[in-house]
Amino acid sequence: MTIKEVEQEIVDEFSIFTEWMDKYEYLIELGKSLPIIGENAKQEGNLIKGCQSRVWLNAQISEGKLFFTADSDAIITKGIISLLVRVYSGRTPKEILESDIKFIEKIGLQDNLSPTRANGLLSMIRQIKYYAAAYS
Amino acid sequence: MGKISSVSEIRKHFPALEQQVNGKRLVYLDNGATAHKPHSVIDLINQMNSRTNGNIHRAVHELSAQTTALYEAARRDIQKYLNAAHPEEIIFTSGTTASINLVAYSFASKFLNRGDSILITEAEHHSNIVPWQMVCDMRGAELKVLPVDDSGNWILESLDKLLDNSVKLVAVSQISNVLGIINPIEAVITKAHSLGIPVLIDGAQGVVHTKVDLQKLDCDFYAFSGHKLYGPTGIGVLYGKKELLESMPPWMGGGDMVESVTLKKTTYAALPLKFEAGTPNFIGAAALGEAIRFMNQIDLAAVSIYEKEIVTFLIEELTKIEGVKIFGVSDKKIPLFSITAEGAYPSDIAMIMDKLGIALRSGFMCAEPLMQRFGAESMLRASFGMYNTMEEAQIFVEGLKRALKMLR
Repeated sequence: MTIKEVEQEIVDEFSIFTEWMDKYEYLIELGKSLPIIGENAKQEGNLIKGCQSRVWLNAQISEGKLFFTADSDAIITKGIISLLVRVYSGRTPKEILESDIKFIEKIGLQDNLSPTRANGLLSMIRQIKYYAAAYS
Repeated sequence: MGKISSVSEIRKHFPALEQQVNGKRLVYLDNGATAHKPHSVIDLINQMNSRTNGNIHRAVHELSAQTTALYEAARRDIQKYLNAAHPEEIIFTSGTTASINLVAYSFASKFLNRGDSILITEAEHHSNIVPWQMVCDMRGAELKVLPVDDSGNWILESLDKLLDNSVKLVAVSQISNVLGIINPIEAVITKAHSLGIPVLIDGAQGVVHTKVDLQKLDCDFYAFSGHKLYGPTGIGVLYGKKELLESMPPWMGGGDMVESVTLKKTTYAALPLKFEAGTPNFIGAAALGEAIRFMNQIDLAAVSIYEKEIVTFLIEELTKIEGVKIFGVSDKKIPLFSITAEGAYPSDIAMIMDKLGIALRSGFMCAEPLMQRFGAESMLRASFGMYNTMEEAQIFVEGLKRALKMLR
């Protein structure tokens, strides 16, 4: 599947929720099931600091594709992170650099991308692109 | 006319409280960050923006005369409300941060030298830490810190050791924006004055929840913001004792702060204009005056009793919830509660409660050193204003329980 197709899949999944609480319940569930980043990878170099919550992002390249693991203090943030990992992990640097993801806005979570929200998500997306640029 | 004493009457003056947020009735509990404004303040802002707009102190035309009158009336009403001795001791700034920076730069450039120090506490907002760090760095001075105990109260016993003749200024908050404890500033002022050391009080939260009498308090500087006191944003006050302000050099240069200017030499205007360079936020100042007049109509003693009931209720209910920890324990507490909850992260709780219409704050609360003191990455804060009801306190507790159930 392309990045666009995975995005559409996520948008479809969220379309069944009419209540915010249900959306959050789902993100919490996703957050809880995201494979925890290894403690050894949860180091200063992988830390993206925001004043609301911290995000850790670890990237590895294998056979020309980037694989991401990540974590956050905040479980809803972690739920959104798990969606980003699902979209970006296992992609080539070229795919990542050419992508312009829209699903976060489409599922109504754009507030989380505001620079002032400072939960690390915006920086995380930027960091994913930096990794892609570094390996391309 | 009797004063307004009931919370239901107070609420009627605040249009923002009537709105729905995320399809729910708004329960606004972020008053420690900023408060809503009453009709009278909003009306004056609108009236000035739409009609009475002329730059103050400069022109002879009628509109300028009217705005100047409103600006100076605000200064006098603020002076009376705080019981300052002279109107010129009230300097308009853009807010608490600007007030503290003004003192930091002006006072330090004259009175702070290598080897001197400034004393703050561990429970300060960043705006009462960073300006002092900056001027200490500039002047080769040291920043000393009075610690707090595990309940968040100042450890006054440390004061004797910290206050030596190197200390040139003490700068402390009346009420911490995280702990909500009314600090024993009187004891610190007395002690500092016995050694001839001036004291600045950060009154950003204090002016909202206590009746301040500056002559009785006898502090040397007092800083606060308009927008937390039901006034507009972008306006605040620095109070300073006249003799002290007169001895300090101006901080910013520009129009309105001068007596005469030649390209060789400028002489400065007298107080308060010496510290009000450039066109001030005169509409904001006039509207802050209106907010003060609104405060004058409120029975603050009745509000204080009601606030205590909310504090008692919240302490009781929050301690019942498993894993919830309250920071700032004292019998002198305002209804401002910073908490952590085991197994749930503050920003997650705040996000869920936002969708229930409840506005809270989460994060460092601009007090990172205090967070470190308590080993917390982040906290959740509910801060009440005089228009918040007991019913809203109950909604907060129920919402918190619901959020915790989802997250744990």
